[in-house]
Amino acid sequence: MDLRDTPEQAAYRGEVRAWIEAHRHEAPPPTRGNHSVDPEPYRRWQARLAEAGLVGVTWPEEYGGAGLGPVEQLIVRSELRRAGCGGILDNIAVGIIGPTIIARGSSEQQRRYLGPMLRGEEGWCQLFSEPAAGSDLAGVRTRARHTADGFSISGQKVWTTGAQHADFGLLLARTDPDVPKHKGLTMFLVPMRVPEVTVRPLRGMSGGASFNEVFFDDVPVGDQAVLGSVSGGWGVALTALMFERATLLGAFDEIGFSAERFAAPFAEHRELADAHLRQRLAQVTCGLLSLRYSSYRTLTALSRGAVPGPEAALGKIGVIEAARQGCELIAELVGPDALEGDWGETAFNLPGLRSGGGTEEVLRNMVGERVLGLPPEPRTDKRTPFRELGRSPAGAGVPA
Amino acid sequence: MNFDLADEQRLLRDAARDALARLDSVAGARDALDGAPLPDPWPTARAAGWTGLLVGEKDGGAGLDVFDAMLVLEECGRRLTGAGLIGHLAATRLLAGAAGRGDVGAAAVLPSLAAGDRCAAIVLARPPAADEKPWTVEAEAGGTRRAPLPTAQPGGGCDAVLVTGEAGYQLDAAGADLLVVPAVLGTGEHRATLVAADAAGLAVEATPRGDASRPIARVSLEGTPAILLHAGPDDLADVWDVVQALLAADALGVSEAMLEMGVAYAKDRHAFGRPIGSYQAIKHQLVEILRHVEATRSLCYYVGYAARERPSDLPLASACARFAAEDAATYATRTCIAIHGGIGTTWEHDAPLFWRRAQLSRLLAGGVTGAGDRVATEIVKHARAQAGATATT
Repeated sequence: MDLRDTPEQAAYRGEVRAWIEAHRHEAPPPTRGNHSVDPEPYRRWQARLAEAGLVGVTWPEEYGGAGLGPVEQLIVRSELRRAGCGGILDNIAVGIIGPTIIARGSSEQQRRYLGPMLRGEEGWCQLFSEPAAGSDLAGVRTRARHTADGFSISGQKVWTTGAQHADFGLLLARTDPDVPKHKGLTMFLVPMRVPEVTVRPLRGMSGGASFNEVFFDDVPVGDQAVLGSVSGGWGVALTALMFERATLLGAFDEIGFSAERFAAPFAEHRELADAHLRQRLAQVTCGLLSLRYSSYRTLTALSRGAVPGPEAALGKIGVIEAARQGCELIAELVGPDALEGDWGETAFNLPGLRSGGGTEEVLRNMVGERVLGLPPEPRTDKRTPFRELGRSPAGAGVPA
Repeated sequence: MNFDLADEQRLLRDAARDALARLDSVAGARDALDGAPLPDPWPTARAAGWTGLLVGEKDGGAGLDVFDAMLVLEECGRRLTGAGLIGHLAATRLLAGAAGRGDVGAAAVLPSLAAGDRCAAIVLARPPAADEKPWTVEAEAGGTRRAPLPTAQPGGGCDAVLVTGEAGYQLDAAGADLLVVPAVLGTGEHRATLVAADAAGLAVEATPRGDASRPIARVSLEGTPAILLHAGPDDLADVWDVVQALLAADALGVSEAMLEMGVAYAKDRHAFGRPIGSYQAIKHQLVEILRHVEATRSLCYYVGYAARERPSDLPLASACARFAAEDAATYATRTCIAIHGGIGTTWEHDAPLFWRRAQLSRLLAGGVTGAGDRVATEIVKHARAQAGATATT
C-alpha cells in the first residue's frame, strides 16, 4: 500500500504546483459544484488552466489533452484545492461529454467541439432524463424526426444541470418508435442558444436553482449532429454513463464530504460530545474514510488500464448515506444553527443527491446484476416496439 | 500510487486459503460446540511460517508487515479457524520490538516463538479512550466495564517483578506457553512483563462464550514472577492497534464467506417461479453486504498503508477497520441466515456458525464500542491538526 508519487508524478506535481503558485492571484475561490454562481470568472480561469495543459488531463494529446492518467488528474485537482483555488467550470463537459465525443464522435465533431470545450468557451449540458424517463432512461420520448436536412427535435428534458449556461447539449432522443425501446434511440449534439429551445430553471430543495427543465420545439439539426450512429444512441449513452462514474473518483473529499470536516465541530465543541454522539461520529468517519481509500483502490486499477466499473456506484450510495448521517449528527451536536449556512446547504442537498446520477435502487440493481451476477427481474418491455408499450397493459406486450 | 496487493501478498493469501481449506474447520467449529476438540491450525501455521510472520529474519521470523498478517487472518475468518494466531502474532510483535531495543529476555524467547515451537499470547491493555481515562484491561464480567491494569512489585532482581491482577476474555491465552502481561509499577510507569505459563500464582481458565471457534480465557495472577520487558505505553498501544487490525481482517473474512454463500443460494433457490436473487428485496440486501465488504477492505488497506508509511495514522486506521468490520460481519451473518430462510436457522447449516463468531468477536478487545470511541478520539485529533495546519498557512 503506497500513496507516494512516482518520481515522474512528483516532478509533474512540482510543475503543477509552480504554475498554480504563479497564477493563483487570477483564480476564483473554490465552489462545491454550485452552478448558480456567476460563471464568468470560472470560465476565464478554465481558459488559463487549459493553456497550461491542466484541463482534460486524461484526454489524449491529439485532442488537446495532456495524455496523462487518472493519478495525474487527481494531482491537478488536489494541487488546486491545496492552493485554495477554484477548479474548472465545466466538469460535465470535460469529464463526461468530451470523452464521449472522443470515443464515439466523428473527426469533424472532435475538431469542432473539443477545443472550445477545454477552454471553457462553450458550455455543455447532458440532456438525458425526462419527466417520464429517469431510472428507465431507455424510455425517453423526446422525438427526433427525419427531415429533408436532417432531424427535427421535439420534447422535454428535466434535471438538467448547467443548461442555463450551456451552448450545446448531449441529447438522447427517439428516432424510431417502431422497434424495442433500446434500439430506436439516437444521440445528438444539439445547440442550446436557438429560439426553439427554452430553458426554465427549477428551484431545488435547498433553494438554489441548480438544475433546469428544457423544452425542444421542432429544433432543426443536421445529420452531422448525430453522435455515433442513428439508432445507436443507447450504446453512446452507456459510454457517457461510464465516464460519469469516473468523475466521482476522489471527488467526495473535494465537494466537502471529508471525514475531517465532519469531525471539526467536535473539535470545537468537545464538551458537547457524549458517548452516544461519539459512536455516531465513528460511523460517519468510517463511512467517509472507507470511500477515500476505496477511491485510491479504483485509481490504482484505472491507472493500470481498467475501465470504470459498476462498483463505483457503491461509492455514491456510501457517500450519500455517510453525509446524511453526518449532517444529522452535526445538527444534534450544535443545534438548529447547523440548518443554516454551510452545513444547512450540505444537509438540504442530500436527499436530492440520493436520486441524482442514478437512484439508489437502480444502482443496487446494476451492482447486484453486473458485479454479483444475480439474475435480473423479469421484464415486459425488452422486445416490444416502443410505440406499443404505453398502450398495452403490463406484460401483455411480451411475445409468447 | 499503488493501492493494491503486491504479487507476494497475493501469493501469501492464496497459499493461506489453500492450506486452511485442508482443515475441516467449519464443521469442527460446530462439533466444538458439543465439546469436541477444535481442529488445531497450529501445525498449518507453523509449516507456513505464520508463527514468525511479525518477527525479524535475524530472530528466525519472516519479517513481514501487519498487513501481511491481516491477509492470513482474513482467510482464517473465512474458515472459522486461526485459534492461537492473533494472541501469538500480537505478543511476538511486542517482543520483537523490545528485542530490537536490546531486551535480552525478549530476544531469548523469540526464535522458539518464531519457529512455532512455543506459542505466546498477550493480555491486552486498552489505551486511554479520552485524555482523562486510565489504561485498563477487560473486566472479567460485564460489557463495557473495565478493570485496572495488573500491578508489579519488585521481585528481587533488576528485571524481576511479581505481578498481581486479573483480566477476562483474553484471546488465545489458554494453551499459550508465554504470556505478555501489562502492569503498572510502583512508580506509576506502565510496562509489559513476560510470564511463563507454569509460573507460580498464574491461573488461565478457558471461558468459552457462545462461539467455540474462538478460544478465550480468564487470566489471573497473584504475586506471579515475571520479567520486565523494555516495552512501555507506546508498545502496548501499538499492539492494541495491531489486534484491532487482525480482528478486523478476521471479520472481513467472515463477511466475505457470507456474501459468497448468500449469492450462491440466491441464484439457486427459486420461489414464485424465479431465482430469489432476481427479487430486489433479496438483491439489494446482498449488494449491501458487498458494500460493507468493500468498505471494510478499503479500511484494511488503510491499516496496511498506515502501518508501513504513516504510523501516526495506525490508531485511527485500525480502529476504523475494526469498527466497520464488526458491523459488517454482524450485518452479513444475520442477512445470510435470513436469505436462507428456515434451512439457515438449523444446527447443520454453516451460516449460524459464522454468526456466532461475529457475535463474540465484536465484544472482544474493547469491542466495537471501544473501537468507535477510539475512532472518535483520533478523528477529532486529525481534524484539529488539519485546522491548525490551515491556520498557519
